[in-house]
Amino acid sequence: MGKTEKKELLVAALENGTVIDHIPSDKVFDVVSLLGLTHLDNPITIGANLRSRKMESKGIIKIADRYFTEEECGKLSVIAPNIVMSIIRDYEVVEKKAITLPDEVHGIVRCGNPKCITNHEPMQTVFHVVDKNAVTLRCRYCGKDVLQKDIKLL
Amino acid sequence: MDQDNRSLISLEGLGREDILSLLEKAAGFEAQPNRKILDGKVVATLFFEPSTRTRLSFETAVNRLGGRVIGFSDAATTSSSKGETLKDTIMMVSNYADLIIMRHFLEGAAKYASEVSPVPIINAGDGANQHPSQTMLDLYSMLKTQGRLDDLNIYLVGDLKYGRTVHSMLTAMRFFNPTFHFISPEELKMPSEYKEFCRINGIRFQEHSEFNEDVIADADILYMTRVQRERFTDLMEYERVKDMYILKNDMLRSTRPNLRILHPLPRVNEIAQDVDSNPKAYYFQQAKNGLYVREALICNALNLI
Repeated sequence: MGKTEKKELLVAALENGTVIDHIPSDKVFDVVSLLGLTHLDNPITIGANLRSRKMESKGIIKIADRYFTEEECGKLSVIAPNIVMSIIRDYEVVEKKAITLPDEVHGIVRCGNPKCITNHEPMQTVFHVVDKNAVTLRCRYCGKDVLQKDIKLL
Repeated sequence: MDQDNRSLISLEGLGREDILSLLEKAAGFEAQPNRKILDGKVVATLFFEPSTRTRLSFETAVNRLGGRVIGFSDAATTSSSKGETLKDTIMMVSNYADLIIMRHFLEGAAKYASEVSPVPIINAGDGANQHPSQTMLDLYSMLKTQGRLDDLNIYLVGDLKYGRTVHSMLTAMRFFNPTFHFISPEELKMPSEYKEFCRINGIRFQEHSEFNEDVIADADILYMTRVQRERFTDLMEYERVKDMYILKNDMLRSTRPNLRILHPLPRVNEIAQDVDSNPKAYYFQQAKNGLYVREALICNALNLI
């Protein structure tokens, strides 16, 4: 219990902002780049390879004074479906939401089919999400499926 | 969306009635193939990848309907060899033509073209992905020779793993209660996702590795495809199976009288020459049916019938 309290204290140490938790350690910097965090001036804390009860090793990112739209959150689900996002206001967690995949994913993921038109034209990729739990994406153009383990970001 | 701008990219969006209605229109063109429906229209045939058979069939269809054809049969002679994007080529050609018929080596090219083009697109093949006019002429040939599309026993033989035409046929036939038999070497078996598709859609199927007189005794349609050497990772396996999926005339002795043999062509050696004179051989007429089907698809895309 003592450990848990300490952890919550760590999270609550943010006055206002967003805490992104339960990121697989190897995806931490994918989250940084997907949310465009390198372009922000806000104070940001990034932790990786932390021990977790739910997963072997996790990452956590805290961003002060910044909240994210549904669309921005949706992007994250493509690389890590179990991420939890906490909204902090005045040191309190006012909302905790699990990230869910949108029905369509635009311009984030590369199609794994080397013969797909999207890998040859200056155009946006579009995938239909055919399985939200297992994260299976189907390319709108060539029809090939991309499984979560094969997802490559653009 | 494809239907809104009347492009034909794949058959996936078409229902039973859409398919039957297009086939009925094709029958009308078979009865009367020469009509001036496209008078004053210009149709572009953009073949980024050569395909003589498909291009000639589409161009003949336009000519017999009184339209004019512009286009190219090899991308090496066009600006795409200078690095022009597909979008730019399509935008340029759509200034000149009322309809674009395109074949491309990249998968999804026709779909993308239909999104950027102000004129309708007909997909004449995009890599290993879709080739809807081929499937429609296969269906037309089955309907014409059997008098119906419902409840047929369809035997698919050869390369069922990479064969685009056999995959499209499964999709299009889901409305017609078929029974499929998949006959192929182990390395070229029907992929599990298509078998799953059959299960979900209640399509009966059986798999066979043997190809002989007994296996095909109940066939209404025998759809032959080519077993290609380059598809094998194990060339020993290729040598072992290459002659096992060849149709010979004496295998047809005890087959049903209504049986017809189809093949998307070109054939190499998977149908022996002595089958050609058997009245059950239908592959050359099948190719001819492509003309009527394409006349129907062109007029449908231009909203002219």
